[in-house]
Amino acid sequence: MSLVQGTHQETGRPATARTSWLAWPEFNQPAVWLVALILLIMPAIASNFFLIEIFATTLILGTIALSLMFLAGYGGMVSLMQLTIAGFAAYMVAVFGMSANTNISLGWPWWLATPMALVLATIFGTLGGTLAVRTEGIYTIMITLAIGAAFYYFTNQNWAIFGGHTGINTIATPKFWGVDWRSDIPYYYVTLGVAAFSYFAVQYVSRAPFGLALQGVRDNPRRMATLGFNVNAHRVAAYAFASFIAALGGVLQVWNYRQISPGSVSVGACIDILIIAVVGGITRPVGPYIGAFIFVILRTFALDLLVKFGLDGNRFRLLIGLGFLAIVFWSSDGVIGLWERWRRKAATEGGSHGHR
Amino acid sequence: MTRFIERHPAWAVILLIAVAILLWLILAVWPPGLEEAIGRKRVFLNAVFNGITLGSLYFLVASGFTLIFGLMRNVNLAHGSLYLFGGYIGYAISTWTGSWVLGFIAAFLGVALLGVVLQIVVFRRMEGQDLRQTMVTIGLSIVFADLMLWVFGGDFYQIQTPNWLVGPIELPLVTAVKSSGEAVYLRYPMVRLVIFVAAVVIGIAMWLALNRTRVGMMVRAGVDDRDMLAATGVPIQLVFVAVFALGAGLAGIAGVVGGTFQSLSPGEDTRFLLASLVVVIVGGMGSIPGAALGALIIGLAEQLGSVYIPTYAIVVTFLIMVLVLALRPQGLLARR
Repeated sequence: MSLVQGTHQETGRPATARTSWLAWPEFNQPAVWLVALILLIMPAIASNFFLIEIFATTLILGTIALSLMFLAGYGGMVSLMQLTIAGFAAYMVAVFGMSANTNISLGWPWWLATPMALVLATIFGTLGGTLAVRTEGIYTIMITLAIGAAFYYFTNQNWAIFGGHTGINTIATPKFWGVDWRSDIPYYYVTLGVAAFSYFAVQYVSRAPFGLALQGVRDNPRRMATLGFNVNAHRVAAYAFASFIAALGGVLQVWNYRQISPGSVSVGACIDILIIAVVGGITRPVGPYIGAFIFVILRTFALDLLVKFGLDGNRFRLLIGLGFLAIVFWSSDGVIGLWERWRRKAATEGGSHGHR
Repeated sequence: MTRFIERHPAWAVILLIAVAILLWLILAVWPPGLEEAIGRKRVFLNAVFNGITLGSLYFLVASGFTLIFGLMRNVNLAHGSLYLFGGYIGYAISTWTGSWVLGFIAAFLGVALLGVVLQIVVFRRMEGQDLRQTMVTIGLSIVFADLMLWVFGGDFYQIQTPNWLVGPIELPLVTAVKSSGEAVYLRYPMVRLVIFVAAVVIGIAMWLALNRTRVGMMVRAGVDDRDMLAATGVPIQLVFVAVFALGAGLAGIAGVVGGTFQSLSPGEDTRFLLASLVVVIVGGMGSIPGAALGALIIGLAEQLGSVYIPTYAIVVTFLIMVLVLALRPQGLLARR
């Protein structure tokens, strides 16, 4: 389990860290304030293409990957079904809300359909988690991959609820207070808000007693059981929390594309989420967003780049795969790990103790 | 077997009744009432036979997977890529030389060689690191999938069945009785039956090799305590390379088989990786008989499901997995 071990110092001071928002380590660094500021004024500096295709997409994929990071980094459970949960939420928005497929959609207003989708997706993910916690390590990966695949094939074949192979199109997006929340700038702020909420929720939970117990369960389940903690209940609760975060990402995704089809919950897409989380680093919540940014940039520009070098532009997945391979081969916690290793090296100037 | 009956008499009775009903359904001439209720007997028999032959294909893939995982604790999520790669090699060689058998041999050797390279370059460096192995093999499967897409494109390929295997043969199973009193016998593709027999032979040979030979003993001992085995002078790494080559080669063979009675295209790699995952989860990780049982169950469930409840066929497979996980998380025939 080398990928999830050695999770950091910040768990060391749980009690004081929650006394004030400013006591969170994030707010003591100028770099964080800078990033937050840039994200807030983004609509002023980026074109609409960048705003939606790069930054909003990054925030959505990052949020879904964040739910995986929470499970893997704090719970030691690598789940490949987080995108499936997001996709389930997206489907539920389509089924309960309004869309072009009037024989499927129930036509509820968005403020009723969205909470319904979130609740159902959370239940769905929790049930999947209940199944997955019966197993450990590599088995968890296999089970959750199997769940994801089953959902994909099911959506492909079920026409009554999921619209079969073509999926559900032209899904209505919320409009209220005189704002069309899917138009570029408001939508960007919605995704930013949801991403920030998810990020801080994960940060908060990781330092709350529940999160600490979860990390204890990750490190030594037998000892935690002896201490009187219900190990499985903690794991299932972690799945429930992560499912909710993933579901938020799924709702945003369906608002973005206004359609949902089996292709968006395919096995490849499930694995993409794992790639995003691992490339960014699964030891802390900022990792998935970094990974998502790299992924989206690569996905958007690899084609042009490859063509510029005289190669076939369709080899984008090859590029992603090779990059992913390189990162998991050389760094066990992604880009963050590489950066921290480099920083430590710079700080000690080749001092006595190197990286672990 | 007798131990199982002693320990779970109720399950044994249920299983016995189920098998008896199945045998009756296959052998007897169906009364008209039954035919009205669940359709023609020919359809049912075809589904059962397709299920069994599909199961034998799943067994070939899953047995290699479970061999590599169960014995060497190597998590190889690129196993589906090995399957597809074997299929493409088989296609290329058999169309080039016109010989199906040559395609088979080439696929086995080619994929086994790739397996050896994988074992030496990847798995030997990451012994005991399950999660890293998972990640690296996922990365490899993405790279392989794209390379194969590059070379072979997105087309569907089908490997030509050799002449001596083409055509149906008549089985001594009555499907219906004509009004004249003449019996109608089931006709079934020869190639599928041959493949089924081959899978059974391979399975038995593998079980015997592992349980009854010196090399098999070494492999099993090496899994439990590799240092001690190495200390007794056994070239342990060589044995492991050989097992990995065999496991990968089986996936390659399965690719040719799958390419013959189904087709090859991008995406089949994931499909067969998942099939082997489900099969070994149901059957029990690392057990050859478990892989056989799991493959049979999943193959039958898929084919019977797609005939009788077409929309939910895939869900049936999944439900079986859930049920097994709920009742026996380690799998039906696991050693633990």
